[in-house]
Amino acid sequence: MKHTNRAVSTAVSAEVIERELAEGLERPRDDVARYALGLGDDALILAQRLGEWIAHAPELEEDVALGNIGLDLLGHARSFLTYAGSAWSKSEDDLAYFRDEQEFCNHQLFERPNGDFAHTIARQLIASVYFDALYRRLQASDDATLAAIAAKALKEVDYHVDHSVQWVRRLGGGTDVSHERMQAGLDAMWPFVDELFRPDESVAALGPVAVPPESLRETFERTVPAVIVASGLQVPELQPARGGGRDGLHTEAFGHLVAEMQVLARRHPGATW
Amino acid sequence: MAAPGSEAGKHETWPLWEVFIRSSRGLSHVHAGSLHAPDAVMAVRNARDLYTRRGEGVSIWVVPSEQITTSDVDARGGFFESAEGKEFRHATYYTASEEVPHL
Amino acid sequence: MTTAEASAPTPEELEFQRLIDEDSRVEPTDWMPDAYRKTLVRQISQHAHSEIIGMQPEGNWITRAPSLKRKAILMAKVQDEAGHGLYLYSAAQTLGTTRDTMYEQLLSGAAKYSSIFNYTTPTWADMGSIGWLVDGAAICNQVPLCRASYGPYGRAMVRICKEESFHQRQGFEILLTLMRGSDEQRRMAQESVNRWYAPALMMFGPPDGESPNSQRSMAWKIKRFSNDDLRQRFVDMIVPQAEVLGVTLPDPDLKWNEERGHYDFGELDWDEFSEVLAGRGQANTIRLANRREAHEEGAWVREAARAYAARVDADCSALLEKVA
Repeated sequence: MKHTNRAVSTAVSAEVIERELAEGLERPRDDVARYALGLGDDALILAQRLGEWIAHAPELEEDVALGNIGLDLLGHARSFLTYAGSAWSKSEDDLAYFRDEQEFCNHQLFERPNGDFAHTIARQLIASVYFDALYRRLQASDDATLAAIAAKALKEVDYHVDHSVQWVRRLGGGTDVSHERMQAGLDAMWPFVDELFRPDESVAALGPVAVPPESLRETFERTVPAVIVASGLQVPELQPARGGGRDGLHTEAFGHLVAEMQVLARRHPGATW
Repeated sequence: MAAPGSEAGKHETWPLWEVFIRSSRGLSHVHAGSLHAPDAVMAVRNARDLYTRRGEGVSIWVVPSEQITTSDVDARGGFFESAEGKEFRHATYYTASEEVPHL
Repeated sequence: MTTAEASAPTPEELEFQRLIDEDSRVEPTDWMPDAYRKTLVRQISQHAHSEIIGMQPEGNWITRAPSLKRKAILMAKVQDEAGHGLYLYSAAQTLGTTRDTMYEQLLSGAAKYSSIFNYTTPTWADMGSIGWLVDGAAICNQVPLCRASYGPYGRAMVRICKEESFHQRQGFEILLTLMRGSDEQRRMAQESVNRWYAPALMMFGPPDGESPNSQRSMAWKIKRFSNDDLRQRFVDMIVPQAEVLGVTLPDPDLKWNEERGHYDFGELDWDEFSEVLAGRGQANTIRLANRREAHEEGAWVREAARAYAARVDADCSALLEKVA
């Protein structure tokens, strides 16, 4: 399915993909589009959560940092959704604003509420390492567009990993209070780790286009527990949550997120903004 | 950069850092501004987020503001006087060669 | 001050005046009159506070932005505002007041910030009006500040103006898109412009006759133009832009004055301005409470990072001693 000669240096964005689609870039097959949709939803929902932080971060410098990460993720989401939507003649906004809660297929981790800064950092650590491992492999996808999105995203996600690791170390090794809160944050997010790495038949069926989630577990288990232990914290031993995000099953908090995100767009169907 | 002001030595939760950015290869690091960070590692990261959001840099230096020594304020008038009046250090001083090629 | 002292300026005073007269720049280590220093700290920190408080009215719409592109633009813009606040705090700190001190003054309500941010943003169109009118007015104010006599302030403003050039355009674009949209969208845009027009004009401050500090700031070349001059420049700028948008500016007295070569505009309601300034605007208490809450809830994080840095420092020293 290698069908473009996109220059490696081109920074892929939703706008670039839209232009290329207009110029004849092949649209993804339905199953590839579904895969891209899942990846897009993961990034979109986490970006939406990070957007909630703006003006509430513990320090002004951190407002800027979280904003940067949120913007990166939103960029990835827009690329994936634009590409996915092209299979069904839908725009990124059709997908983001006019699907119901159950039609979103993000993993549940990304929708978990921000909690305090330590909760957010715990979620960032897990998410960033997951994205990093995923995009590293997806760069080699047989689908040139997915590969290009992954290559661009990887460079940014590298920094997200670093940001979260720095904070886990500081909160883990800072004060008694921060240590406790960091541990609580990890404990709260840990049940949602397992879902990220469960085998998925629809992904397996895509062969060299997609990255089997279970193939990423080893990288995660090699790195994240090491960071946790090096920060003086304990790797949680908790039962995994039931999961099911890819199939449209979500935690209760998710409905509120979707309602807030979509409220204005839904009040004006068909409008241009 | 901290001035000789009323609170120059006052303790802050996070110390002040001066940020220097190299805008592209082949150029020097140039002072961009300052920021607060708990330590050097975070200062570099905060500098990246604060001062290179639009691709302004390829390399960053951070220095604790209190580590910067400036030339003596009071003696300043005299401090740079020596360089004045020595026009012969500049190429424009030498006019005899004006019409000669490659000089 | 005795007459004798007043009539015989010190060498420092002469040097300072020379820098001002020659349109040179005053730098942090230079001697400067106390009043100059105080004026700058007040003005720059107020400006910084305004950027920080100004994140809230727009932050209000990030999670509800009606398209992903608009969400990204708004996030970038609000994030820029945090950055601009930081640039300005840095500039003010060169005058010897720490950011912690300035920030405490903001949180305690002792410091002022631009009253415009005490207005609320009930509709999406307000993102357009803030960009077009509020940022437009801010840019009018800020461009001359790039040449302010105090070096660090001017440099911060250069950076800010460069980055803000997209802020006004994106606001204009939001309104233009709404005006080209449905009836409901057009109504939303007009209603929002109606609310922001007068407050934006008031951003330039009271009329020149009632602005006691203006004169001195201009003599010191901190300020380059008077409040009324800047306000006029702004009105002249936005009237043709409003025509392009197709919005009406809510001022029956607004008309071109051939003789003056400027637009005349109606008297502004300065009582309302004073009310908001005095703390009785739509959102004064809310804006400060939000900032205070973020600051208090973040205290343990800042403390943790500080403690960690101290511990790592201590570990390094211990290690060095062992090696020695």
